[in-house]
Amino acid sequence: MKGNEAIGEAAVRAGCRFFFGYPITPQSEVPEYLAKRFPEVGGLYLQAESEVAAVNMLYGAGCTGTRVLTTSSSPGISLMSEGMSYIAATEIPVVFVNIVRAGPGLGGILPSQGDYWQATRGMGHGDFRILVLAPASVQEAADFVRLAFDLADKYTNPVMVLGDGIIGQMMEPVDFPEMIDPKSFPEKPWAVTGCKGREPNILTSLFLDPLVLEQVNVRLKKKYDRMEAEEKRWEEYNISDDMQLLVFAYGTVSRIVKTAIDDLAAKGYKIGLFRPITVYPYAYEAAGKVAAKAKLLMSVELSTGQMVDDVKLSAPGREVHFFGRQGGIIPTPEEVGNEFVKLIDSGGKK
Amino acid sequence: MVNTIFSRPESLRDVPTHYCPGCTHGITHRLVAEVLDELNIRERAVGVAPVGCAVLAYNYFNCDFVEASHGRAPAMATGIKRTRPDLIVFTYQGDGDLASIGTAEIFHAANRGEKFTVIFVNNAIYGMTGGQMAPTTMPGQVATTCPFGRDVSSAGYPVRVCEVLSALTTPAYIVRVKMNEPAGIPAAKKALRKAFTYQVEGRCFSLVEFVSTCPTNWGMKPIKACEWATSDMIPYYPIKEFKTPDDPLPPGLKTKEGGK
Repeated sequence: MKGNEAIGEAAVRAGCRFFFGYPITPQSEVPEYLAKRFPEVGGLYLQAESEVAAVNMLYGAGCTGTRVLTTSSSPGISLMSEGMSYIAATEIPVVFVNIVRAGPGLGGILPSQGDYWQATRGMGHGDFRILVLAPASVQEAADFVRLAFDLADKYTNPVMVLGDGIIGQMMEPVDFPEMIDPKSFPEKPWAVTGCKGREPNILTSLFLDPLVLEQVNVRLKKKYDRMEAEEKRWEEYNISDDMQLLVFAYGTVSRIVKTAIDDLAAKGYKIGLFRPITVYPYAYEAAGKVAAKAKLLMSVELSTGQMVDDVKLSAPGREVHFFGRQGGIIPTPEEVGNEFVKLIDSGGKK
Repeated sequence: MVNTIFSRPESLRDVPTHYCPGCTHGITHRLVAEVLDELNIRERAVGVAPVGCAVLAYNYFNCDFVEASHGRAPAMATGIKRTRPDLIVFTYQGDGDLASIGTAEIFHAANRGEKFTVIFVNNAIYGMTGGQMAPTTMPGQVATTCPFGRDVSSAGYPVRVCEVLSALTTPAYIVRVKMNEPAGIPAAKKALRKAFTYQVEGRCFSLVEFVSTCPTNWGMKPIKACEWATSDMIPYYPIKEFKTPDDPLPPGLKTKEGGK
């Protein structure tokens, strides 16, 4: 199944029945799939007039307590960032998928990891964070969509699945879990559903009293601290106590790196991989422990090195090397492997 | 025996509002609340507050409410109404919110025929931000960002929302009422009642535009403001029903529903 279609089906299986979005390459197969699939299960696909409208439809739908999804790609996500800030401030659980394409600006339509900073730091104005899951396969994309809905509900917070363009476009076998009946979800007492038998619910992100707003900021920070304590996810691959090199890579790039590691292992090179699965929260401590076992550190990305800062935070004081391709170019395992060998053989000299 | 002949609608909370003296928002709030009461829909109503003077409307209405970002109330209302068609959803928006920053959202919500109700307060100025030029500011009208009066050669002519939206093919109820003359108020309520009734019946998108006054930012006493609305606004913003869901569709359409 194509990654974008798997994302759509995973949302259906997770009990999501509403999608609001706007077409943009390379994620349009998600809305196309759901436009066909939702009528079979009593769901609704609605094409908005823009990403700005789509994110606010998502916001409204989320306020009624239902599971709701939007998907977009980089320029569209930028347009949604206004709504993202409001949704996070109002603490509404919604799920976003960003099938990242190369930027900045209109950029191109080929795969990229150039939205790492945006996803992990700069998702909108104000003091807020969203949980970000980065799948490396179509199976993980599907799994993480379901997980994203669960985490969104758990933290009443937006959650994003951050997939580079390869995730959306490649075809792989996928196993789906059983369908969750949307009627089986517990009621959300904060939702706007009509005030029969209770006081009216008001969902707002406006707090004009600075003392009240500060309390909101403090409460949100506590929630993010809880996410950082409980939700860090990562994968370790080929870790040993005397690694010549530890590579940091996330998403599909991690698979290219694994192939390169395996190829070089046959030639006697000892290289490990640390793959962050949640890119926010980032597993700094776990990464630091693994980094201590390696002589050299390197980040490999489809960007100009946006994750390097997080690697440095994992291993304070250590030099972090970088290799990446941009513009939508995907390096081959040989290309990546050559960079590893060059670095190791030079003893870390550039 | 004493009979109560006038009381606060249940749909309005017993709290002071922040609106300026002479402002018509208060009466408009009351009319909406009366209609929610009379149609017995308060308990399934969800309001969507705008950015602008009515940003705190959720503190005054006694029903579920959400607060939208600037101009996006119709998109939020779409998300609510589409996921819960049983709810009665209304937005309450001013002219800057609806006719400037939210033009795309209101236009496409109307065009999709979203079955919620829009309360549109047109007082020809940005109130909350302190009297800047609005898309509905009259030619020559002075505002803080057009200190020499609105210059149509640069700013264009004021936007007539009812006229624009009623040009769309999708059936809708589009009406303009006035809050600056006593006779306008019962007529405004009648229009509001019709708008909400169409929603209760699941028939169509509805928008009621209220020609309103802003004595504070117009720099006029309330009576003078009411007179100015009559002399300078209403000739350009005529009070009438622009569109009803019973209007015939334009020729050339094969079926009413379209599609299959």
